[in-house]
Order: sequence, then C-alpha cells, then structure tokens
Amino acid sequence: MTAGALVELDGVTRRYGDVVALDDVSLAVGAGEMVGLLGPNGAGKSTLLSLVSGLRRPDAGTVRLAGRDPRDPAARAGLGTTPQETGLPSTLRVGEVVDLVAGHYADPMPRGEVLERFGLTDLARRQTGGLSGGQRRRLAVALSLVGRPRVVLLDEPTTGLDVEARHVLWEALRDYQSGGATVIVTSHYLEEIEALARRVVVVGAGRVLADDDLPTILAMAAARRVLVEVPEAEEPRLRALAGVLDVRREGRRTVLLAGDADAVVRALVREDVPFRDLEVRGASLEEAFLALTSAASAEPAPSTSAATSVTTDREPR
Amino acid sequence: MTATAPAAPASAGTRSWLALALLHTRFQLLESVRVPIAVIGNLLFPSLALLFFVVPQRAVADDPLASVAAVAQLGTFAVMSACLFTLGAGVSEDRQLAFDPYVRTLPAGAGPRLAGRIVNAIVFCLGAQVPVILIAVLLTSASVTPARGLGGLAMVPVVAVPFTLLGLAIGYALSAKAAIAVVQAVLFPLAFAGGLFLPPEAFPSWLDALSQALPSRAARDLVVEVTTGIEGSPWALPVLLAWTAVFAALAVLAYRRDEGRRFR
Repeated sequence: MTAGALVELDGVTRRYGDVVALDDVSLAVGAGEMVGLLGPNGAGKSTLLSLVSGLRRPDAGTVRLAGRDPRDPAARAGLGTTPQETGLPSTLRVGEVVDLVAGHYADPMPRGEVLERFGLTDLARRQTGGLSGGQRRRLAVALSLVGRPRVVLLDEPTTGLDVEARHVLWEALRDYQSGGATVIVTSHYLEEIEALARRVVVVGAGRVLADDDLPTILAMAAARRVLVEVPEAEEPRLRALAGVLDVRREGRRTVLLAGDADAVVRALVREDVPFRDLEVRGASLEEAFLALTSAASAEPAPSTSAATSVTTDREPR
Repeated sequence: MTATAPAAPASAGTRSWLALALLHTRFQLLESVRVPIAVIGNLLFPSLALLFFVVPQRAVADDPLASVAAVAQLGTFAVMSACLFTLGAGVSEDRQLAFDPYVRTLPAGAGPRLAGRIVNAIVFCLGAQVPVILIAVLLTSASVTPARGLGGLAMVPVVAVPFTLLGLAIGYALSAKAAIAVVQAVLFPLAFAGGLFLPPEAFPSWLDALSQALPSRAARDLVVEVTTGIEGSPWALPVLLAWTAVFAALAVLAYRRDEGRRFR
C-alpha cells in the first residue's frame, strides 16, 4: 500500500525536549482516502500534521508528501491546510486573502467558486478583522481548498462552531473530497470523524493505537466500563467471562471493559461471581482504544500507565 | 490538474520565484497601505525635520550646497527609518501572527516572502524622499544637476541594504514589543551621531572621529558626496561595507535561531 501513498510516515519520532510527541509512528495514506485522526489533546495529532505540512522535521524516521520531503515547496504544490482563524491578516479583505493564497498555486480555484462553496460571497469585501468567529473559521477552512489540493489537512476544522455551521462546513468538505482528494482530519469529536472520515487512526501518547475503517472503530468506541468490587482471587474468572475485553484494577474496584455491558452483567450473575457495588459507565474513547490495543498486543496490562500519560502529556502548539 | 497546469518552469506545479515574490510584494504593500498612519508617519518625520530645522536657518537654506547636504542627510534618515521600522517592527509582528506558520505550508520557500518585505521597505524609502525633495525644491535654494539628482535616488537602495539587514536581524531576534523599542533606541542615536540631523561639521572633534565609524555616518557621507560632488572621507565606503557584512551575519543568525526555536 506504500507504493501509491500520498502521505507516508515511516518510523517517525518527534520530541519536544523530554516530551515524546510521536513515538515511532508509521502511517501511509493513499489517494482519495478520508482519514480521521482521533485522540485526546496532546496525543500527537497536531504534531503529525505539522510534520506532513513541512513545518517541523522529525527527529527520527522519514515523512513523505507526494513522494517528497514536505519541507521542499514542490512537495506542497498539492497540499492544502487551514490557518488558525485568529491569525488571519486583519487588514486584508476576504477576497484578497483568497487571492494571496491562490497566487501560490499553479491552478487555483477561481475566487468566486471558493467563496461560493463556503457561503462567503457576500463577505468578499469585508476585512477579515471584522468577521465573526464562525465566518473566520469558514474562511480558514475555505483557504485549504483554494489551490485544488490533492491532500487536505484539517486540524480541528469546526471546533467552536454551532451545529448548523458545522454541517455546512462538513458538506462543503465532503463535496470537494468527492472529486478524489485525500483528506486527513484531526478531531477529538467522534461526530466530526464520523462526518468526514472513512478510515480512522486513533492516536494516543504519541502512538497509533488503532487504524481501521469507521464502523470497526465506532464499535470499539461503544465499549462500556463495568465496575465491581470482588475478592482478588476472583479476578481470573472475570477475565474469562463472555464479552469482557479487558480487566484492570482501579483502587478497590475492578474495571471490566465490555462491548456489551448487559451480557457481562448477566454473566456475572449466572456465574455467581461474589461481586458488590456494581456500576456501569460509558468508556471514553481513549479508554476503549487503550484497552483494546493493549489487549491485542498481549502486553501485561500497561493500560493504566498509558492512560495517565495520555492525560498528562503536553503538546506544544 | 496536471493537464491544465500552465507551463511553469518550476517542477511539480510550483509557481516561479519571481511570481511569488511579486505576489508577496503586492500584498505586503496592500497591508501597509491599509494602516495609513504608518505610511504617513514614515513620510512625515524627515520632511518635518527639514521644514523646522533647515528651512528657517537661512544660512543653510540659502546656500545651495549646504541645502543639498541637508536634504541628503534627511533623505538618508528616511531610508534608515523606513528600513528599520518596516522590517524590524514588521517582521517581528508577522512572526507573532498565527498566519505565519500557515503561509509556510503554502508551496513557496521563505525567499519570495523575504524579497517582498525588502521591496516593500525600498518602496517606502523612495516614497519618503518625495516630500523631502518637494520641500527642498520649494523652500530652499537646493539645486543639483540631473545626474547628481538621479545619483542621489540611486543611492536609496544602496543605503537601504545594510539597514534592511539590521531591521531583519532585529525583527527575527525579538518580540514585537521589544523590536519597536530597540528600533527606536537604535535609530535616533545612530541618526544623530551619524550627522543626519546636525551636519558633522558642527560636531566636536571626538564625536566627529567616533561618527566616522558608524554606518549612518558612512551612508550620509556617500550620499552627500554623490549629490554635492564634494569629496568625503575615503573611509565611508569600507565602513559601510563592513557594517553591511556585520548586519548580514546578524540577520542570518537571528533567522536561523528563530527557525530553530519554532520549527525544528
């Protein structure tokens, strides 16, 4: 699959001082794919995008964009990214910012088409400093498509938008993607990933935790946590129960991660496990993925330490 | 996409260096013009100085050569000021904008953008000469042969080079607030000690000697020599070249350090 890859990371490690933002990550994205990067803040999503867009270089490993080093401007001829909407040049008009970006590409979208796609036509003569937050966000996302890129990188494209504005943006992005572009979108909202991605890569603590199609990942994300207090000797039995994906200890209670919580509770009762203080909670995405990947790689339960490092990891912006 | 791409000489669909440099020049001029007070302030100070400090002194204003020298000094100041402010303050402000990293993801290197900034500064330098020359023509006895006049204008980009580099060094090394303070702290003492406000003939001998080693004085001497034809210090050119080399090294150093801190 690496032969036709437009975006390719091979054994990429990137550190900021002592903090490892990406740890030996390999990933290949081919033409026309819609990939969602899902993970908590600090997981390494933005770092990954900054490597692909040539803003940073890896400490180890190689990054390729259209077969070239992304720090080479020629590699970026088919790349579109979004600026942070707060950073738009405030004295330039909307149409002018579009022209400035268009001027960098050999075959850009006409200004009118860009504005039309994102409902910005009426704002063309407005200075960006006078736009509302939502309008700026729309312009920022519009800029990613100005150059008719083959690869579009979107970092949290609709964060902070209301539901309607969010759907308008998703529609515009899907519409463009249907022309065959590759889209990589980061988000920590599952809903956004569902709207824009068909393949999902889950990142946590600088590693790829899962990489699968959307339905599979959604099924993983539906996992539940079943908490019970049992004598320590009973724990091996819990592991063997039908539907239990992972077992770990949290304080006095034992946490069972389950795809189907009802089935696990029934099994607990049927097997006559001496449990008390039963509680069922939704698992967070990260918990679900961390548990699944640690179970898959058969490592002796590194899940708790990995989970804490996800939440304490800091990601410089 | 490749089928409809115009016959660009650069590989893989990037636009030519010149087209990109023109693009950045155009938009940087546009951004400057949108903040008219910056343009006006830049144009105003040297002409006001000429109006208040030179025109009323009839001993200078009625002497054609002294008038030309005064205009040359203030013209040199205008160049220094435009370069240090548009590049020193401008670059550091740009660096703080979140738009800056975005522009770096567009298919262009750092060169065209830098070229746009430098052309922008030179346009400002030339623009600042207009009111100075107008006042000189209308209100003083300054007169030059066409060749010397053109020579004076041709000196604008020459003098702009070292101060452009100094401006870039400041802009890449410092935050916007610090850059503006440093530009002011550098500009006015350099201008005064370089004989841009008072002619060096009025300096005590120690200051005159010190002044000869400054880039502002060297630039001033060269411009006065070109416009009046009075031979100046033989040291002016080597001193200016030496400072140009120093400022170039500082600018490269500051740029590299900034790259390293933010993007490595």
